[in-house]
Formats: sequence, structure tokens, C-alpha cells
Amino acid sequence: MAMQLLLNLILAFVWMLLHDDGSASRFIAGYVLGAAILFALRRFWPGGFYLTKLWAVVKLLALFARELVASSFAVVRAVLSPKLDIRPGIFAYKTELSSDWEVTVLSCLICLTPGTLTLDVSPDGQTLYIHAMDIQDADELSRQIRGTFEKAIMEVTRP
Amino acid sequence: MSKLGELSIALLILIGALFCALSAFGLIRLPDVYLRSHAATKSATLGVLCVLAGVFLYFMFFLDQVSVKLLLGIAFVFVTSPIAGHLNGRAAYRQGVPLWDKSVRDDLQSALTEETQTGTQTLRPPPNEPESK
Repeated sequence: MAMQLLLNLILAFVWMLLHDDGSASRFIAGYVLGAAILFALRRFWPGGFYLTKLWAVVKLLALFARELVASSFAVVRAVLSPKLDIRPGIFAYKTELSSDWEVTVLSCLICLTPGTLTLDVSPDGQTLYIHAMDIQDADELSRQIRGTFEKAIMEVTRP
Repeated sequence: MSKLGELSIALLILIGALFCALSAFGLIRLPDVYLRSHAATKSATLGVLCVLAGVFLYFMFFLDQVSVKLLLGIAFVFVTSPIAGHLNGRAAYRQGVPLWDKSVRDDLQSALTEETQTGTQTLRPPPNEPESK
């Protein structure tokens, strides 16, 4: 991915040099053209075209923002409700993500989701212990995490 | 137009302040460390982010000054606050701070006792091979 980005920048600079014009608009035109060339040559790259991956990153950031808003409202509702009828607890969640980076992003995401907080990660990095504000059904919660967050992270990191 | 923009920015900052106040109220009201940590990480983060975003928009539209520092501040708060919440919770649990007595489930307890019995390291062993990028 970094390689493709570098190549795209180089193509943009070459476009600028070909026109003998160092303005920003020329650079942007060259960048778009370079992206089109890279897209046409996408089968030569092992990871595919890099802008699709960038789009996955943008989607992950949007997911972060949405979850932050949703979880804040959940917390405020729990705080303001007249009776404290929440049932907190800690449940273990087995993740399929392997590398340190992926597990870090996942635990940050979990910290920002409605009513969950990562307490600990097991030494092998495969199990996360999550404190949930309202454990109605731990399986339901972990299925939700697996369905949305893990999928979004895998879209970014896996080809 | 300018009136409407000013009003919406004021609303954004007000919402942020409200979220901060509610999370402070949550710190008083909720019964144990972990639940308080929920309130402190989520609502307070959103509140601070709303205030910073409101200030950024005000500077951009009314003072004609794009403040990159505010954007950086938003990014840093966004990245660091969940980690702070996680570390607080983890340190509290390892020090043996009890859960609220109405908690229903505790999977970490058994895992930790097993860990100390078998004598496995609590720290993660260093990886043998460098990770592939």
C-alpha cells in the first residue's frame, strides 16, 4: 500500500515536470491520473488497488465516530434513568484478529462502543475481557462485535 | 445565514458542555470504578470533542482562521481517551478493586487465577520473528 502511494506521488510529480508547472492544481490532476493508471494496473499488485483500502479506513473512522455518539447517549441514558437497573459484568471474547495492531484497534473500538470497556487482553492476545455495562446477553454482544468491528478492521488489514 | 451559523455553533458547544456535565454526574452516581470509567471515557470524550469542533468551526467561519492545532487536539483526544479508560480499568482490576455487588458475571477472575496458578507470565512474551507488515 505504501509502495503504491509512493508511486502515485511520483507519477504526480512526473506529470508536474512534464508540464513544467509546479502548481497545486497540476499536482492534483497528476495525482488523479496516476491513480487511474494504478487502477488499470491493479492486477500486478499483491494487495489490490490501494484506494479501496483507503476507503475501508474512512469507513472504519466513520464507524468510530458513530459508535462514540451512540455510546455517549447510552451512558447518559443509564446515568439519568431514575433507577439504576443495569446489570454489569465481565465477559470473555475470543477474537480472530492476530496481529498486535489489529487487536489494539479492536480494543479501542470496544472502549468506545455502547456500554463496553476492554479490561484486559490475555497474554496470547486472542481473548479480550470486556466489562459490559448491561450484560443482557453476552453472546449477542460478542456476535455484534464480531459482525461489525472485526469485519471492518479485517477489510483494512487483510487483502 | 451568519446568524444561523452562529446559533448552530453555539448549540454544538452547549451540547458538548452538557455531555461533560452529564458524565461528571455519572461519576458521582454510578456505583463502582468500572461503571464510572464508562461514563468518564465515553460521554466526556464526546463532550470535549463537541466543544473543540465548535471552536474550530467558529474560528474557521467567523475569524477566517483554520486552526490545525484544534484538529490535532480532536485527533489526540479521540485516540488517547479510550486507552486511558482501558488502562484505568485494567489497573483497578489487577489491584483487586471489587465489582459492584449486582454484577452478574466475571470471566476475568477465573482467567487471572489460572494464570497465577500455572505461573504463566502476565506480560506477553516477545515475538520470535519480526511481524510481517
